[in-house]
Amino acid sequence: YPLDALEPHMSKQTLEFHWGKHHRAYVDNLKKQVLGSELEGKPLEHIIQNTYNNGDLLPPFNNAAQAWNHEFFWESMKPGGGGKPSGELLALLERDFTSYEKFYDEFNAAAATQFGAGWAWLAYADNKLKVVKTPNAVNPLVLGSFPLLTIDVWEHAYYLDFQNRRPDYIKTFMNNLVSWEAVSSRLEAAKAASS
Amino acid sequence: MSLDVGTGKTTMEPCLESMKTASLPDLPYAYDALEPAISEEIMRLHHLKHHQTYVTNYNKALDHLRSALSSGDHSSVVKLQSQIKFNGGGHVNHAIFWKNLAPVHEGGGKPPQDPLSSAIDAHFGSLEELMQKMNSEGAAVQGSGWVWFGLDKELKRLVVETTANQDPLVTKGSHLVPLIGIDVWEHAYYPQYKNARAEYLKNIWTVINWKYASDIFEKHNRGLNEF
Repeated sequence: YPLDALEPHMSKQTLEFHWGKHHRAYVDNLKKQVLGSELEGKPLEHIIQNTYNNGDLLPPFNNAAQAWNHEFFWESMKPGGGGKPSGELLALLERDFTSYEKFYDEFNAAAATQFGAGWAWLAYADNKLKVVKTPNAVNPLVLGSFPLLTIDVWEHAYYLDFQNRRPDYIKTFMNNLVSWEAVSSRLEAAKAASS
Repeated sequence: MSLDVGTGKTTMEPCLESMKTASLPDLPYAYDALEPAISEEIMRLHHLKHHQTYVTNYNKALDHLRSALSSGDHSSVVKLQSQIKFNGGGHVNHAIFWKNLAPVHEGGGKPPQDPLSSAIDAHFGSLEELMQKMNSEGAAVQGSGWVWFGLDKELKRLVVETTANQDPLVTKGSHLVPLIGIDVWEHAYYPQYKNARAEYLKNIWTVINWKYASDIFEKHNRGLNEF
């Protein structure tokens, strides 16, 4: 979608910097970092898994994971998104969280309480949905689960539009931006990969 | 301990009633006084919103701690430590930060004098080299954190360190005393500099309060052998 497609919920200016500068820098810097090494040319997920090193992060991890996380984030949103999901996804959310509202609250709380920079996720593992929060560049791939949805809670994701008001940003994301279609198709892929 | 005079019993009650809560210190200068290095918009948000929130949440955590201690709920006492570290650290670090900065007309940016000046030259080669080291380490912090110029009281050495999130400098060594801290959380520069953290770091030196750093340095140097 174009840079202004998520207005007024996420401004064009935010996208210009977030995608055009931050995300681009992770990609460009990763390329420089792996040039000439055995990681050069490898798929992004391979680089991420091989540099996580059980939390004792190797240098390319931050750029690689952030490149992955941001692409996943853009695809987690759509113009005219948000609201409640339906069908199988809703049924599973109701199964694993008791109600959509409980999931909503838990996801919001995770995103609001991730201290400093990081991400909140809906993830799938062992046939269950769960909410996870991670610091800095860490994502559920390295924790052994399938990411389904994410919200970026690094300050650069919301500062231009919301300043310090992270809870307002999270609500806006949930009410107006989430692409449940993307989440559903990721869920299908996760279930297929698990069976 | 308190003595119940009526029954003659003593009770091991922590004297938490007199526990002082934290409060937001006033900024020592006007909100626009650090322009153009740091904008008024940033100073207002940073002080009145971010620092205030740390103070508020720190006091809430202390309140919960008081209850947990009073009821002997040790598992809650331990669980509260991360809230105390995040928010208390945020309060402590920012209280230092406002003193680390000064308007140009009040000495901001003016290089330090001896003895700090000679100590910097001895450890880093020159003031410029210290600033470069701070800038490169500050730029390299992943996510949120601080870059510090500090004094190791025990080893009698000047150091440059970084800490993550709101971890105070002592988390890197109990003998470390902060002389200058620079906030590299995105909220410290984003409205003005956006993603250009390196430019923020370059410009902030024009309002760094070396007089404060010198005072702290000299205070800890008194009584020590020659540095």
